[in-house]
Amino acid sequence: MFAATELNNGNRRTQTLIKVLLLTMTLLLIVPVLIILTMLIVKGGPVLSFEFLFSDPKDEMTAGGIFPALMGTVWLVSVALLASVPLGVAAAIYLSEYAGDNWFTRTINLAIINLAGVPSIVHALFGVGAFVLFFKFGTSILAASLTLAVMTLPVVIVATRESLQAVPQAFREACWNMGATRWQTIRRVVLPNSISGILTGVILEVSRTAGETAPIMFTGAVIFMPFLPEGVGDQTMAMSLHLYAMATQVPLPEHATNLPYGVALVLIGMVLAMNAVSIGFRVWLRGKKKW
Amino acid sequence: MDNATSLQADLAVRTRDLNLWYGTFQALFDVDLDIKQGIITSLIGPSGCGKSTFLRAINRINERLGYVRTTGTIDVCGHNILDESVELVQVRKQIGMVFQRPNPLPLSIRDNVLCGHRLHTPKGERVSREDHDDIVEEVLKQVLLWDAVKDILKRPAISLSLEQQQKLCIARLLPVKPTLLLMDEPCSALDPAATAAVEELIWELKGKFTIVIVTHNMAQARRASDECIFMLMGKVVEHGPTDQTFVTPQHKETADYIEGRYG
Ligand SMILES: Nc1ncnc2c1ncn2[C@@H]1O[C@H](COP(=O)(O)OP(=O)(O)OP(=O)(O)O)[C@@H](O)[C@H]1O
Ligand SMILES: [Mg+2]
Repeated sequence: MFAATELNNGNRRTQTLIKVLLLTMTLLLIVPVLIILTMLIVKGGPVLSFEFLFSDPKDEMTAGGIFPALMGTVWLVSVALLASVPLGVAAAIYLSEYAGDNWFTRTINLAIINLAGVPSIVHALFGVGAFVLFFKFGTSILAASLTLAVMTLPVVIVATRESLQAVPQAFREACWNMGATRWQTIRRVVLPNSISGILTGVILEVSRTAGETAPIMFTGAVIFMPFLPEGVGDQTMAMSLHLYAMATQVPLPEHATNLPYGVALVLIGMVLAMNAVSIGFRVWLRGKKKW
Repeated sequence: MDNATSLQADLAVRTRDLNLWYGTFQALFDVDLDIKQGIITSLIGPSGCGKSTFLRAINRINERLGYVRTTGTIDVCGHNILDESVELVQVRKQIGMVFQRPNPLPLSIRDNVLCGHRLHTPKGERVSREDHDDIVEEVLKQVLLWDAVKDILKRPAISLSLEQQQKLCIARLLPVKPTLLLMDEPCSALDPAATAAVEELIWELKGKFTIVIVTHNMAQARRASDECIFMLMGKVVEHGPTDQTFVTPQHKETADYIEGRYG
């Protein structure tokens, strides 16, 4: 009575087939990632050393280390964050907690979405026009970081707004009903409960910013400058541009062909480390969450 | 004081020509209500008739939705709270609200009780730990929760049972010293035993506060209220002493609703 019919068997075979097919697709998806990582580790691994990380490049970048580029990236990312995080978080708080739903906020939302879709090379040109030339910052860390900041703003805003909106409305109403002002509600209830999401968004943003090349290459990053920048008015080397230059601009002698892989490995390492921190942070904060 | 004002002083809430629109949808029609001070008034009516809307109009929580428009007057303790000169924070202090789902804040039990009080402590004024302890003990005793939680005040409020959470939500209103408590189906998320416990608490609070309670539970309305308002489609149909409303309703709709013929 409960024996499988021909139809059941057929359906079961299709089912198995589909499952295998989908699994294959999924595996295919991670193959490139694995190949890239393996190649970087195999070719770039041997290049890594204390000296590589902490000394200046030498001999037309065919030898020596990457320290100025590493520090340059830290500079660029830090200054970019100093600009984009306060601005983005403030805008997100306004949009999510204060602004009503009207043509004004809808226009702003549209602008944010569009800003997020602008290609980075366009941001670069904007940066040249606005920061380098108009505000006369020259090609400098300041100009490059502000360009990066403009580029990352939409993501900061969206991530922040999403975390704010994940805080249950009931919490806000509970506060308002006790006579809390909006700001009291935000400070005492909304922010403490959304800070994990906001920080995760910001950290993810850092990792993206660190890898960007186009926005910085006309605005403040240079290919070769074997000393450290001293302030935001200086130009600087950067990891991403350094990698680009090594891979395409300078003829590398036989013994140095692995150098770019080392640079790439460090860059990827930085990004992955950032992401790991962000994930760890999120897990930790979620564990502390009380709802 | 002339007769009219002394009469008004006995009223916790007095509305005249209260109309409310959500966008173009009118949810309240010419609501004229006199809710007396110090008693429990229940608000009944089928789903969607505007009970919650009415409650939320009284403490102006609806306003945060940009598209809500209110006309008419709502006098609370003799002052029209829709008046421009009214400070919303002061209105909210007078009026506590309890929701259908208990909504304790993601803080400890103690901090939940104190959060309202802290909000209204002037900047720079230090309240000693002992004073805070006293407040916590006093209000938790008032809501019949002290014995159950006195040893676990540091625990997250969310770890309490729903009944206890709801009591806690009532407790945290009290340090702000409201005169009016609005309860929107405070028991509908609770099981019968918990409902009985919360009802008992509401009885306990009677006299100290004016209480308006929305309920779908006819038995509860009948048991727990002195006066009863029946609403239908955004209008007030009947308002009178509960016994009278239930035994000899003046309108056919009221009778139908009470007997469970719709809603
Ligand atoms: N935020 C809102 N926006 C638009 N319309 C709303 C909103 N809130 C309520 N309404 C509408 O207003 C009417 C009254 O709603 P209300 O929530 O006051 O009813 P209720 O009597 O509390 O019902 P229930 O017993 O289901 O809680 C309903 O028709 C509802 O659809
Ligand atoms: Mg309701």
